[in-house]
Amino acid sequence: MNIVVCAKQVVDVSEIKVDSKTNKPILAGVPQKISDIDKNAMEEAIKIKEKHGGKLTVVTVGPADAKEKIKELLAMGADEGIHIVQPEKLDYFVVSTILAGAIKKIGEYDIVLCGEASIDLFSGQIGPRVAGILNIPQITYAQNVTVEKDKVVSERNLGDKAVTIESSFPVMITVTKEINEPRLPSLMQILAAANKPINDWSLDDVGSGKIEPKITTVDIKGVSMERKNIVYQDDIDDSVGKLVDSLVKEGVLR
Amino acid sequence: MVLVYSDNKNLMLELLNKGSELAKELNKSLTAVIIGKDDFSKEYIAHGADKVVVAETDLDQFKAEECTDIIESIVKEDGSEIILIGSNKNGKELAPRLAAKFETGCITDCTNVYLKDKKLTAERIVYSGNAIAVEQFNTTPQIVTVPSKVFDPLPKDDKHKGEVVKKKIDVEKSSSKILKVQEMKTEGANVEDAEIIVSCGRGFKDKNDIKLISDLAEALKGRTVGCSRPIAADLKWLSEDHWIGLSGHKVKPKLYIAAGISGQIQHIAGMRDSGVIVAINKDPEALIFKSADYGIVGDLYEILPKLTDAIKTKMG
Repeated sequence: MNIVVCAKQVVDVSEIKVDSKTNKPILAGVPQKISDIDKNAMEEAIKIKEKHGGKLTVVTVGPADAKEKIKELLAMGADEGIHIVQPEKLDYFVVSTILAGAIKKIGEYDIVLCGEASIDLFSGQIGPRVAGILNIPQITYAQNVTVEKDKVVSERNLGDKAVTIESSFPVMITVTKEINEPRLPSLMQILAAANKPINDWSLDDVGSGKIEPKITTVDIKGVSMERKNIVYQDDIDDSVGKLVDSLVKEGVLR
Repeated sequence: MVLVYSDNKNLMLELLNKGSELAKELNKSLTAVIIGKDDFSKEYIAHGADKVVVAETDLDQFKAEECTDIIESIVKEDGSEIILIGSNKNGKELAPRLAAKFETGCITDCTNVYLKDKKLTAERIVYSGNAIAVEQFNTTPQIVTVPSKVFDPLPKDDKHKGEVVKKKIDVEKSSSKILKVQEMKTEGANVEDAEIIVSCGRGFKDKNDIKLISDLAEALKGRTVGCSRPIAADLKWLSEDHWIGLSGHKVKPKLYIAAGISGQIQHIAGMRDSGVIVAINKDPEALIFKSADYGIVGDLYEILPKLTDAIKTKMG
């Protein structure tokens, strides 16, 4: 069983602040991490590999410093990393085309996995786009995955419905955050990961030498969370009384 | 041409409103697509469609691969420049796949769509609600997905005329197979329309303690109980229709009370548009207080019954 996981390095959204002068989100200096739901995809891939054997490759399109973060995924259980430095201008078309090019270059694959969306922009485009380019079936929003020798059965979570779907290989699966709890690698695994290969592929290597985005971001407006932040923390009875008075003044009690 | 598609009728009616506005401004016509049985073509015309293409098919259930190919063929024939797709889970897996086929741009979960200097412009929430990105397209077709309740449906106009075109479109069968469709367990909570919501989080020790929340909700005559991710997704104390957050429901009640919720950004993203936000948490450093108008630091097991009593007294 050959499995490819697509993982993205993202800014830690909980650390983003909005510049009150320019009304823009401040992204410089914000810590980076592997997108949470891509780690769920990695966990699922490791479980499949544990059961069926095979090779598990992780592909990341990202900035030069993303290589450090790929090591975490190797420590979790991936056999090999592929790092492609992103072009200066990008959108979902660009990134999905590069990823699909990389998967074609890997050649033999049965299952491609990624998170349902990345936690920074939360578009959910990469899975279906890559599946579309490779012209393979897709199972999105998977809340469980059972892999057998020549097929996979998976349940899609549509919010109001659960759809159980079966597919042959190759197949693209995007997973939800609820599917599993990603493992934390042990110190031994972290040390061992240093010996696992991370290959640097160029855009030309994956046939995307000259690629232009189809979308232009014309503005990003910060949304500041202006709240009153009045906190009562003395006597509980007093606090409750004051809170109820405030809610009456706000006109929300009727 | 402007084309709209969703497998959900209510979403279709909302998209038809925006679609006809864009079509009018650009002097184009508006096409609605139905895949499968022609149940609603008359209604879609009365809500603004100039043409309804009914793709007659023996596919009985939604499969992204097949629906993408059907819409691709209609778009090619219709010459659609703008494609609006309903942003439910099926729409969100269809639109990017369609965009991949056309090697074009796609913008998902748009909170606004409009023309600026004749260019289609879309806004979407990014960075967990910390910012709004404004995007434009460099190529056509231009594909956007729009969640429910972003636009209102147009009033029905039975005089509006349109044609119904029935077509048999052959597409390659997907190699995947749908084995089972199950309704998810639901307790019928409608958090998206609620005016008052009382929510619980990991600060609760036992499933039975949620009664403290429903008592308060009842006293507030809101009766709507919400929760953060762990309560619905991990502990499953409440069904997912109560779940508020980035991957749960997005709500905008006039009063939102969060008890025992730490205030992770994913939860805030689901409730940040609320009118007044109240937080109850024993940890004075809890993030939730930064996103709240009013807060009480203390034990929710002590505070909630007292608050419920005080509200009952106040509201008579």
